Amino acid sequence: MTARDEVMTRIRSALAGQPPLRVVPREYRVTSDDAPGTQAVLDRFVDRLVDYKASVNRTGPLGLPAAIASVLQRDDWVVVPPELPASWREACAGDGRRVRIDGDPAWLSAAELDGIAAVVTACRVGIAETGTIVLDGAPDQGRRALTLVPDHHVVVIFAEQVVMSVPESLTRLDALRPLTFISGPSATSDIEFTRVEGVHGPRVLDVIVVE
Amino acid sequence: MTSTFLGLPVAHAPRGVGNLHGDETFPHAARAALGNAQLRHNLGLATATIRTKRALVVGEVPDWEELRDAGSAIKADVMARLPELLEQLENAVVARGGVVHWARDATEANEIVVNLVQATGAREVVKVKSMVTQEIGLNVALETAGIAAVETDLAELIVQLGHDKPSHILVPAIHRNRSEIREIFMREMEDAPADLSDDPRQLAMAARDHLRRKFLSATVGISGANFAIAETGTLAVVESEGNGRMCLTLPETLITVMGIEKLLPTWRDLEVFLQLLPRSSTGERMNPYTSMWTGVTPGDGPQAFHLVLLDNGRTAALSDDVGRAALHCIRCSACLNVCPIYERTGGNAYGSVYPGPIGAILSPQLTGTEGHGDPNASLPFASTLCGACAPVCPVKIDIPSILVHLRARTVDETRATRRPDAELLAMKAVAWTMRTPLRFARAERLMRIGRVLGFGRGRITALPWPGSAWTTSRDLPVPPKETFREWWLRERGDPSSGDASSGDAA
Repeated sequence: MTARDEVMTRIRSALAGQPPLRVVPREYRVTSDDAPGTQAVLDRFVDRLVDYKASVNRTGPLGLPAAIASVLQRDDWVVVPPELPASWREACAGDGRRVRIDGDPAWLSAAELDGIAAVVTACRVGIAETGTIVLDGAPDQGRRALTLVPDHHVVVIFAEQVVMSVPESLTRLDALRPLTFISGPSATSDIEFTRVEGVHGPRVLDVIVVE
Repeated sequence: MTSTFLGLPVAHAPRGVGNLHGDETFPHAARAALGNAQLRHNLGLATATIRTKRALVVGEVPDWEELRDAGSAIKADVMARLPELLEQLENAVVARGGVVHWARDATEANEIVVNLVQATGAREVVKVKSMVTQEIGLNVALETAGIAAVETDLAELIVQLGHDKPSHILVPAIHRNRSEIREIFMREMEDAPADLSDDPRQLAMAARDHLRRKFLSATVGISGANFAIAETGTLAVVESEGNGRMCLTLPETLITVMGIEKLLPTWRDLEVFLQLLPRSSTGERMNPYTSMWTGVTPGDGPQAFHLVLLDNGRTAALSDDVGRAALHCIRCSACLNVCPIYERTGGNAYGSVYPGPIGAILSPQLTGTEGHGDPNASLPFASTLCGACAPVCPVKIDIPSILVHLRARTVDETRATRRPDAELLAMKAVAWTMRTPLRFARAERLMRIGRVLGFGRGRITALPWPGSAWTTSRDLPVPPKETFREWWLRERGDPSSGDASSGDAA
């Protein structure tokens, strides 16, 4: 008997004579009173981001390029995903900063990414109650390594992308894409439960909220 | 396959491989732990901190109880439909370019992983912290095959460099304080800076530098899984440091080992568990990073993905109608942090990688027990049955009831073969005494003699044998001057004479 057959047989024999299934009660909140992108949602989102030590910049659409340039002031070299909007990419290139486009012409190796100070991306959805940003690897966000190895991650999110709760966020996501949920910069509490921000992932997370 | 079952015997996790079984019973191991003042100080501080954090963020969620109800029911549903859901998961993973392996036990899982790593030619692998690979002792198996396994979670790294054992599900180095960690790094980490202080930030940065080169050059990553979605084939790992993202993203080959009970039926079920787990576990609204992947994504992350599905005694636990609920556990460790026993002894006294209340019901079910002297048979007794673990469990596992159930099982198993010992004789004596009211009343009066043993201190600290078996680890209150019956008689008169003002007067 193969291991698969044997494990399956063990399970069936363990479950023999079991009562029929219970229905899963779902009395918890799946929607919220506040629509995506409303003031209440954005305020909660920003409050939670700041609480987890992300830096937040709120701006209008016209102020976006200036906001991108201002958070990149200390970085000399920036990498961007293949299809970052052109105006954002131009903002990255201000002050004589070097800008590499991942995949144009070549995909950067992990070692090359390690030499680059910052990365600027879009995202798929934001969750206000938990201060979370979700990336799904779309061409304006790039592959996962891109937002992992550089030490400074700048992420741009539009008001209508921010939902109040976790259940609302999952209906906007495609499970088959590679997903990364980010809530603040990387952190550890492994030493005496003292929280230290910035371990292996980007040590600085800048979120630009466009209203 | 036909619908008749082959009547396989229940298969427990094998002995001699992995880390589900200690060498000594809990009372013995606990004695050593309790004598370590530093350990108790570290644990007391850490568990108090995490309890406060958890209470704060759980209190924020108005529908917390409804989420727990859903979490509990989803897990019960998973157990009831396990064969169908595993098949669904397997098909979904394969359809997306992954390879699925099945392992009856730890030995087989280790063989599968070692063979997969050897096929890549890698001599070193990077590992995400995972309970299941600790359970099966994967690092030892890899090292025996000449493959270095690098633990990349900070706490796991501290444990690995300290040649130590993990003592907590979430924070394996909870028993170490900052100066101990500094010493370990200075001694074991060849690239530790000479002027390293014991500041947690400096220690974390030393670990970052140490692991950075390993991440960038690793070709094989090994992980566990927090959740696997049967419907889509999606796997999820929740973490904080980014070491998980590194291991799941940068290597060419990813090998994930997961217990067969880690399934969730649908994508939607994550809306429950992504709320329950972080708040119960680290006391955060959401952990810093959660990675999800489905098979292989061309151009993004590992291009070879292997999923190893592990039994290792889980089907044995599944065959117990009451004990099965232990398999609902999502490894948050909330029950450890509230447990008065865990808080004082720490995790190593339990002998298994699964310590605390959940470990006390999970480990003996996975391994099975061989009589009274078996260390794992002592684990369900490592509890005061105070019940603190039940209300904090995010999936509502009734741990106290399962503890009692397993205690009864141990007693029943040994009833026929047990040699008479002090405990058995004492129980028999008590049973005889309590059979008639007269015997009981006399025994109560006799107990008054025991007052002299208190020497006026109000408690008895040492009894002669066989009572010494009790008083070596506990004090007894001295018996009162007057028994309850005597008090009643004095205050209310003789109940048989009819002048008692008892409640039955109409």
